[in-house]
Amino acid sequence: MKTEVLNRGIVFEKKKSEWRGYELVGFWALRSTLVLVLFILGVIVFDIVSKGAGVINWEFLTQPPRVGMTEGGIFPAIVGTFYVTVITIAFAVPLGVGAAIYLNEYAVQGKFTRLVRMSVRNLAGVPSIVFGLFGMAVFVKIFGFGPSLIAAGFTLGLLTLPVTVTASEEALRTVPKAYREGSFALGATRWQVVRTVVLPRAIPGIMTGTILGLARAAGETAPILATGAAFFLPHLPDSVTSQFMALPYHLFIMSTQHHAISQVRPIAYGTALVLLALVCILNLAAVLLRKKYRDRVAKGL
Amino acid sequence: MMQTKSNVTLEETRVQENPKPEPDKLKKNIENEYCEVKVENLNFFYGSVQALFNVTIKVQEKGVAALIGPSGCGKSTFLRVLNRMNDLIPKTRLEGKVSIHGENIYTPDTDVVNLRKKVSMVFQHPNPFPKSIFDNIAYGPRIDGLKDKTVLSEIVETSLKGAALWDEVKDRLNEPALALSGGQQQRLCIARALAVKPRILLMDEPTSAIDPIATQKIEDLIRDLCTNYTIIIVTHNMQQAARISDHTGFFLQGEMVEWGKTSSLFTNPEDQRTEDYITGRFG
Repeated sequence: MKTEVLNRGIVFEKKKSEWRGYELVGFWALRSTLVLVLFILGVIVFDIVSKGAGVINWEFLTQPPRVGMTEGGIFPAIVGTFYVTVITIAFAVPLGVGAAIYLNEYAVQGKFTRLVRMSVRNLAGVPSIVFGLFGMAVFVKIFGFGPSLIAAGFTLGLLTLPVTVTASEEALRTVPKAYREGSFALGATRWQVVRTVVLPRAIPGIMTGTILGLARAAGETAPILATGAAFFLPHLPDSVTSQFMALPYHLFIMSTQHHAISQVRPIAYGTALVLLALVCILNLAAVLLRKKYRDRVAKGL
Repeated sequence: MMQTKSNVTLEETRVQENPKPEPDKLKKNIENEYCEVKVENLNFFYGSVQALFNVTIKVQEKGVAALIGPSGCGKSTFLRVLNRMNDLIPKTRLEGKVSIHGENIYTPDTDVVNLRKKVSMVFQHPNPFPKSIFDNIAYGPRIDGLKDKTVLSEIVETSLKGAALWDEVKDRLNEPALALSGGQQQRLCIARALAVKPRILLMDEPTSAIDPIATQKIEDLIRDLCTNYTIIIVTHNMQQAARISDHTGFFLQGEMVEWGKTSSLFTNPEDQRTEDYITGRFG
């Protein structure tokens, strides 16, 4: 008996030693890639925070730039980014969600819907500068908005549309078929099914997807470059047809276009930090929303 | 070959019927005076696959009709023909005539939404909406435009009583329906169907996902309900069909092999295939 147990132990040890080495190599190789990614991210964040935190104060956040943008704050850029994001939401959310509902709930699934889906996904890969030029040609020139909040907001809206449509469709698709059938079987019309059963269930997914799309749009420079962002404005935009300052564009100016780049470098870092914080807040909002609705789903309401 | 021939005749009769609907309708009404569900020469297709062959059946008002047969024999498909739930599946096609209470339900003018209120359905897996118990029952009346809170409360109470669930949930109507047990959820779904005041209740294996004690409760409920409603139930369980139904239909490979009084079908089947199935020789 004893020898048998012993022998078995030895056999196991031999087998283990055969694969153990490969396993360790794989484990450490993969783990080190993760460490590397986190390290790079950490360096970037540390760089921005350490160099930008010093200039952040109440004045920086609430005052316009002064003395040829070498002093003062970035208030108009914060407000401009806020306004343009609101217009982006107003444009992209109804359009994107509506299109997704049609595609997923109404359209007869076939070659055509597959083609539409493929096109929408490909649209997500179009470089943002192309959207910018398109926006300039269509909204600024043909529609005659001129360089303005609305032209830039619509352009950013177009940029986020693929994300909004795709995320909304994913969210709609995860609503169990049983809910739809249950509703139809009680004599609901298609729109009633969508409104009372499908949408309430899909809204968290739609919202998180949309917010993530917006977070990307809020940080874009190229699409607003030619559609309404201004180098410098002494006052805040007073209508949707006004030009505006925006954080990403301001950052671009401060780091490459300013006449005294080295002097305004801290302001550039401060702007980058504010932009980063803004995007983080948006993403955090998405995470919290998702959690809130997940809890609700877990409770069954 | 036989199949194709009968389809052609069917198409021909339909063409002949259409130009003069008046006398035809009259005739239909007389014919169907006491017939709740009447299906004639029904053929049903998923794309190019035929799922039902030449099914003819008459179901009388009130009582329980059970449809039995092995998996994939078409009994669920048949059930979903009766409230046009198959419309939701793309590329389905139907030939033949299906009348509910004397009215052809497959005309271009048929109000499908109204039909489904009259012919409601309970599914295999309990599917309460992720809403409160109250909101689940009130769902049907609400989509019908009813807003009055007192009327809604009355409907909720009668429906829950009708489904023998009221005593168990009357103190927690605002709690989520998904917190109920599986058997309770299924009775909730029955109550939800009752709230739209249907004539006919279709049940697609309503107890197959539920434990035996809850199953018994639902079977008792079905027996109670059948004094007021026509119930057509699909079941895998032959004993269940024998216990609760007045009439039974046996489906095999898309054909209705036999249809008759439950007592005679189970004791004295006419068709050899029915006998083989109910004695457990296959299935």
